[in-house]
This record gives sequence, structure tokens and C-alpha cells, in this order.
Amino acid sequence: MEPLLAITIGVLITCSVYLMLSGHLLRFIFGLVLISNAANLTIFVAGRLTEGAPPLIPEGADAPLGEVANALPQALVLTAIVIGFGLFAFAIVLVFRAWTSLSTLHPDEMELAEPNYGAHAKATKLALKKDTTQ
Amino acid sequence: MNSVILRVGTRYLSGILLIFSVYLLIRGHNEPGGGFIGGLTGAIGFVLYAIAWGTKDAREALRILPQTIAMWGLLLALGAGIWAVLFGDAFFTGQWWFAGADPADPKDKGLPISSILVFDIGVYLVVLGSVLTIVFAMEEEV
Amino acid sequence: MNTTQTPLPAGNGFLSGTLPILIAAAIFVFFAGLIPTVAQGDVAQWSVPWIPSLGVEFAFLIDGLSLTFALLISGIGTLILLYSNTYLAGHPQYARFSLFLTLFMLSMLGLVLADDLIVLFVFWELTTITSYLLIGFSHTAEKSRRNALQALFVTGAGALAFLAGLILIGFAGGTTSISGIIAQGDVLRDHALYLPIFILFLCGAFTKSAQVPFHFWLPNAMAAPTPVSAFLHSATMVKAGVYVMARMHPSLAGTDIWLWTLTIFGALTAVFASILALRQTDLKQALAYTTLMALGTLTMLLGHSSGYMMTAFVTFLITHSLYKAALFLVVGCIDKSTGTRDANTLGGLGRVMPLTALAAALAALSMAGLPPFIGFIAKELAYAGSVGAASSPVFVTVMALAANALMFAVAGIVALRPFWVAPGGTYTREPAEVPWQMWMGPLLLAGLGTVFGLVPALIQGPFINSTVAGLMGAGADPKTLKLWAGFNLPLYLSLSTFALGLLLYLSHVKMRRGLEAVFTRVPSLDRGWDSFLAGLKALAAWQTGVIQNGSLTFYLAATFSTIAGGLILTMMISGMPFIEVNFEGLTWKTATISVLVAAGAILTTVTNSRIAAVAALGVVGIGIALMFIVFSAPDVAITQLLVETLVVVLVAVVMLRLPAMTRLEFNAKHAAISGAMGATMTVIILAVLSTPLNRRLSDYFEIASWPDAYGRNIVNVILVDFRALDTFGEVAVVVVAALSAYALLRTTKGPAA
Repeated sequence: MEPLLAITIGVLITCSVYLMLSGHLLRFIFGLVLISNAANLTIFVAGRLTEGAPPLIPEGADAPLGEVANALPQALVLTAIVIGFGLFAFAIVLVFRAWTSLSTLHPDEMELAEPNYGAHAKATKLALKKDTTQ
Repeated sequence: MNSVILRVGTRYLSGILLIFSVYLLIRGHNEPGGGFIGGLTGAIGFVLYAIAWGTKDAREALRILPQTIAMWGLLLALGAGIWAVLFGDAFFTGQWWFAGADPADPKDKGLPISSILVFDIGVYLVVLGSVLTIVFAMEEEV
Repeated sequence: MNTTQTPLPAGNGFLSGTLPILIAAAIFVFFAGLIPTVAQGDVAQWSVPWIPSLGVEFAFLIDGLSLTFALLISGIGTLILLYSNTYLAGHPQYARFSLFLTLFMLSMLGLVLADDLIVLFVFWELTTITSYLLIGFSHTAEKSRRNALQALFVTGAGALAFLAGLILIGFAGGTTSISGIIAQGDVLRDHALYLPIFILFLCGAFTKSAQVPFHFWLPNAMAAPTPVSAFLHSATMVKAGVYVMARMHPSLAGTDIWLWTLTIFGALTAVFASILALRQTDLKQALAYTTLMALGTLTMLLGHSSGYMMTAFVTFLITHSLYKAALFLVVGCIDKSTGTRDANTLGGLGRVMPLTALAAALAALSMAGLPPFIGFIAKELAYAGSVGAASSPVFVTVMALAANALMFAVAGIVALRPFWVAPGGTYTREPAEVPWQMWMGPLLLAGLGTVFGLVPALIQGPFINSTVAGLMGAGADPKTLKLWAGFNLPLYLSLSTFALGLLLYLSHVKMRRGLEAVFTRVPSLDRGWDSFLAGLKALAAWQTGVIQNGSLTFYLAATFSTIAGGLILTMMISGMPFIEVNFEGLTWKTATISVLVAAGAILTTVTNSRIAAVAALGVVGIGIALMFIVFSAPDVAITQLLVETLVVVLVAVVMLRLPAMTRLEFNAKHAAISGAMGATMTVIILAVLSTPLNRRLSDYFEIASWPDAYGRNIVNVILVDFRALDTFGEVAVVVVAALSAYALLRTTKGPAA
């Protein structure tokens, strides 16, 4: 059944990358959420899947009875989910601030810090001219 | 949000969620649960309260600034690590005290109190405080 | 007006004014104390390990060559610091100046004392950097910055080649110890890498010592304050290139390519520079070009290996350092006293500044190569070597004759005219003799040139013999320095030099006009340099525009394409990994959840409605949570559900304020990139799943969880006990993210300032 999940992850990654490339910040955030989920699922699947046997030690035993699910990737994924939420929250606040400050959700229209190439080239040319005349 | 049902319901629901979150935290070492899950549950309790009654009321109900809670949580977790160092163990080694346990019976753990629990409470507070910091600020800003 | 009427500003204080002088003097005394040791033919060595794994040591060696340099550097350095303390008295940045100058002096000393290729290079670069700071000292002047940068770029670029050369030398010689390599005799000359070593090594030496065609930075470096020029261009900076050529002479010289390359480049530099020197009306510029001439001559001498040539090399090295430092300082005195350095204006200063005039005369006579000065001896030796040159006696002799005659004329222009000919213009201020700190240096240096000329034995033993021995190894035959060597060919050559020089001097004003007409028409490397830099800037602007165009979509597309491309390429090169697709154990439950998750993801992508997107995102999240439940991860499932709830809350809150989404047009290129990424990930996961799982850690956690950590929930025990430090780091990240988001929200609104 793992191959099925591998394909699902492939779909998740495809969708998330496409969303991130959309040039729209809200879609970018959606893509970010999807790619976090895909990464978590990848770690989880890599530790193999076990049905109906959570990694718990029953009362009175010193170790799990029989084969139980791999606990290590679960611990990794658990913290990854929380950290992923932190990243998501920060990113969405950033997007929100970008909207209130710059009134656009299209990063390619945000030229405050990075002047567009046309203006940049013009400025450079002027600077060069000034240099060579001296 | 102006829904009487939600407002009245939230009064009780938030309380229940908070109690449940502490329960999840405490039982976490032996059953599903723990600091992360407990913290998130508690945070959702307050978020629900904020949605129903507004952020101002939620902040009053919380009494302490959420970012302060998060910082105390971090400090507590660090303290749990340093605790081990004070007893000569490596950083973050679990320190246990089995209150009221029968020393003759190795199976009797009495009431186990440990630096592990302190650490998990720290995690609980960090998650609770951090989530509320963002959500409250966000709701107030919008 | 004289100096008593206009007192110089108060001194520069002990720390920045006097202390550096004392340091330099102490160093000079220390090295002077080593003269007896070296005169006996011994060497002093000292080393501490630096990078033992590479065999690199902080190794220093004092032999004749390095001691000669060390004494010139520290001796002239002392006088320069003394001079500067008055010349730049009260300058607001004097502390910086004396720090740079002292650092430069120490770097230079390190360079000439180093006995390890890597240490040598470190000091080499230190001189590059400190000289850059010194040349650009008047940093408010655009010209000064430009010229400093030019010097840095030219010598820095050479240094890169030099480093490569040094590494090859170390590789070929099997050690980075310079004395170790030299002791191996022919190892470098016989090595297959000799040619690359030779080229790279000379690139470094020629740029540093400003040989044609890298000469143009040196006259520009005159933008520095005069004492700096005096220091950099007499015994130090530019001599570093000459020094390394001399240092490696025993190992690298003796081949045809060494002989001819050094001879031709040296000769061209010497003659070309002398002609340009004649053209200058600025005394400092004229001196700068004569420095080039000296460097060319030294290089030409180093090309050869005969006793006369080597003796001439050492003698001329000392001679030039003494007279050139003196003359630069004299020019500084004239400048300070009259406010001009223009040869056409200056004149008649001999009576007002008698001591400066005396220093100038002594130094100039040595430069002109007249007896009984040391310059005469050096010239005689060079002629004696030239007539027996291994390359082409005629070529070398003619070139040397031309350069020396031109030097004779320039000496007259620089040191005779300003003092003894009637002024060609009026001074803006009344000239007066400079204070003793300023005339003492030049007078002492010029005086030494005279003393050494009269009693050459003073330098014969400690410097000439030991250095020549070092240069030539066993079988060295240092020649004796003599004022009178009888009626021989060198003497006749000297006499012709004087005659030709006198002729040039008398007609130099006319010649200058002619030269001016010629040189304004030929393309100059200096102007080419500016176009080169402009082109470089344009190229940088162009590539920045292409690569760093500020488009997030472009960056992401590039990043993802690189990742996908890299992974696919790796798989193609190393062969497709083994993949075993095994759908065993597939249930309707998991199949349904998978389809749900995939469908949610696709809906999120294609919808243009925000609400639909958020709902679909929720479906994905909850589907994954279900997956965790099915596959025995209750903790993870709960966490996923709770976080999913919070994500929806946050998105919902934010969307109240954000505008509706615009329609997303299908983009085939982006679809291809994302498809490739997704497919690659699937293949990689399948490949991972086809390899056996190592459960060592998981097994340990399962066994140790209850007996050691008293916890029955293994996942939680891993989080808060086994890997508590990791978890601590993770919660710290959560706090930081929360606080950053909070700070971002609470900063002032409106466009960022």
C-alpha cells in the first residue's frame, strides 16, 4: 500500500509547486501548506506503515507486545507539523503585511526593495557615464 | 461573532477544552497526548472564546500576555534540562522522583514526578502561548 | 616668510606620532645587530608550525638578501615615519596614516623574511591591502580612490596567478619551505610543470613590480601622500616583485625562457619608462617613471646569472632605494615649501633651502651615475655584466645605455632645475627651508649613497657578497665594488652615457613637446582600464538583471527546475534505482483516503474561489490526519487535526481583509516543472521503500521506553526524554516564529519607510 501513498505525495508535490509558481501570494501560502503536508507524509511513509498497532506499551509489559508502528518517524512528524504551523503563521502574516503596505498580492509587482530591471539598468548606465567622464 | 448559541456554548466548551488539554498533557507520557497536543487543544479553547466573544475578552480570560506564557514555557523547558545538569547528569537527562512508592517493590512507581513532566509542561506553555500570540494579534489587526 | 613665522601645527602625539618611529627604529637596530652573523655567511632561521597537516610553517629566514631588504625597509621606514610626522603634522587622520604605514612596513618585512611559500603569500597580500589603504589615503578625492583601486586590482589579480604559481612550486618541490626547495637544486627547472610555474609566478612578480604591460598602476599610485610614494616606490611595495624573483632565482633562473623573458620585459620597461619620465612636468610623476626604469633594469639584471649581473643587481637595488627615497622626500619638501611640484614653475630654491638642495644634489648625482657616488659603481657593474650578457650583449648594452642616459637627464630635471635655475613662474607662497625632521631623512639617505660610493667595502662584505652567494649558490663569484676599475669598456660606456644624457637634458623641453604630441595620440592602457571597468560594471548590471531580476516566480521556477533537473540527472547517470511496486495490503479505506487527499490538492490548485480553496485544503489536512489514524499514529493524527483547525482559523481571519483571487491562467511551463518535481518525488519514495528499513533506533526506543524512561507512549518519550534537546530547539523555533509574526503585525502601518 506504500506505493499508493508515494503517488499521493507526488500529486501533493505537483499541486504545491504549481501553486507556489502561480505568482499570487495567497496561492503561494496554499502551496506552502500542501508541501508541508507532503513532506510530513514522506517522512511517515519512509518509516513504513503498520495498521492497527500504535507504538504504546500496554500496562504490565516492559515492551510493546508484537510488532508496533515505527515510533521514530511519528515523533519527527509530530514536531514537524507544529513547526510547519509556525512557518505557515509567519508566512501568512507576512502576506498580510505585504497587502496592507503595498496593496498587492502579486510579488512581481512589489518593487519597493528591488527596483525593476528597466529602471535598474537605466540607473546603472547613468552611473557609468558619470564615472567615465571624470 | 454575534451568535448567542455560540457565545453560550463557548463558555462551557472553552472550559472543557482547557481541562481536557491539561488531561492530555498529563497522560501524554503513557497514552496518546503530551505537551504539543495539550498546548494546541488549550489554544483552540481560547481561540474559540476569542471568535465568540472577541479578542479583548479572550485576553482578559487569559490574564497573562500570550507571548509571556510562551517565554515562561521556554524557560521552564530549559530549566528541566538544567535540572539534570545540577544533578551531575548530561543536559536534559530525565530526573525522577517516585512519591510514596514502596522501595521494596520495583513495580510500584507511586506518583512519579519528573523533570520530564516539567519539560512537557514547558512545551505545553510554549505551544499555547505562541499560537495565541499569533492568532490574537492577527484577529486584532484585521 | 619662514617656518618660525608659520609654526607647524602641534605634533601628532606620542601614540600615533612618536611610537611608530621608535618601533621602526627598534626593528632597524635589531636587524643591524644581525649584520655580523650574515656577513660570515650564516643564516638565521626561526619557525613555528602553522598548518601541520599541510607541512606549512611560520618559517622565517634571514640571509643576505632578506637582511638587505629588511634593513632598507626598516631604515627607510624609520626616516619616512619621522618625515611624515612633520609633513602631515596635525592631519586629522594621522593616526590612521601611521597605523597603515606601520602595518605596511611590517607586512613588507614579513614578506622578505618568510621562508614558506604560504607565509610568503600571506604577507604578499598584506602588502597589497595595506598599500591599497595607503594609496587611497586621501579617500575624499575620487582620483585617489580610483587609483588605489587600480593598484589593488592589478596587483590583486597578479596575486591570484602568483598563488597558483606558489602552489605549483610547492607541489613540484614537495615542500612549501622555500629554503627546502632551493636546496633541491634543479627540481623546479627539470619539472614538467616548469612552464606553468614560470608564467604564473612572473604574472605575480610583474604586476607587483609594474613591468610593462602592467606598469600603468604605478604612476597613478602617486595619488598617495608623498612620504607614502617615497616608501612604496623606493625600497618596498614595487620591489616585492623583484624580491621574489631574486628569492626564487636559484631555483627558477638559468633557463632560456627565464633569460629572454626577463631581459626583454625588463629592458622594454626600463627604456619605455625613461622616455615617459622625460615627458612629465610633475616632479613626482617624473620620479614615478624613473622607478619603473629601475624596476625594469633590476628585472633585466635578474634575467641573467653571471657574477657581474648579480653583483650589479644587489648594488643597484641598494643604490636605487637610497636615492629614490631621498628624491621623493625632497620633492615632498619642495611641495611643502612652495606649494607646487611643477618643473616649469620651480627654480632658484638652492639659496632658500640649502640643506634640501644638498640632499637633492647628492641623490641626483648618484641617480645620474656620476663618480664618486654608489650609482656610478652600480652602473659600471651593470655595463660590465651587459657586455658579457648571456642573452644578447648588444641589445642589453644598448638598452641599458639608453635608460641610463635618460636617467641622467631626469636627474637634472628633478634635482638641478628646481634649485639652481631661475624660476619659470611665481610661487603662491614664500619658499623656506623645511624643519629638520624633513631634511634629515633625504640628507641621510643621499649621504649614505655618497659614503658607500667612496668606501664600497662597507656594503661589500655584509650585503653584496652574502646576497650574491645566496642568489648564485655554490660557485658564486661576487665582483668587487670599485670606483676605479681602469680604462675599460664600461668606463667608455659611462662616458657616452654622460654625453648622451647631457644632450637629452639640454633638449628636454623641446623633446617634451614632441613626446606630448605622440603620447596623446597612442591609446593608453590607463584609459583602457577605465573602459574595462565600465564594461565590467555593465556586464554585472546585465547579469544581475537576468539572474536577480526580482521576480519571485522566476526564482522559484529556477530553484525547482534545478532540484528536479539535478535529481533526474543523478538518476540517469547512476542508473535508475531498484523499484519494487508492491500494492499488497491495499484496502478500500486507504485507497479512498488517498483519492480524497489527491482530489483536495487538485481542487485547491484549480479553483479560483478562496472559500473552495480553504475547504479543499481542509480536506487534504483531514485526509492526512485519517491516514495517520489508520496507520497507527494517534499522537500525530491529533496534532494534525488541531493544527488543521488553526490553519483554517488563521486563513479565514486573514481572508477577511484580502481581495478575491484573480483567475489563474494555465501555464504549461510551470505545469511541466511541477509535474517533474512530483514524479521525481514519487520515484524517490518508491526507491526508498524498495530498500530494507533499518529499525535499530526504533527497536531501542521500544525496549528502553518503559524500563529506562518510565513512559508507555513511545512517541512522547522520544519527544520529551530521548530527544528532549531537539524538541527544545523546535519549541524555541515556534516561539521565535510567533514573536516575529507578532512584531511584523505590530509595526507601523503603511508603506515601509
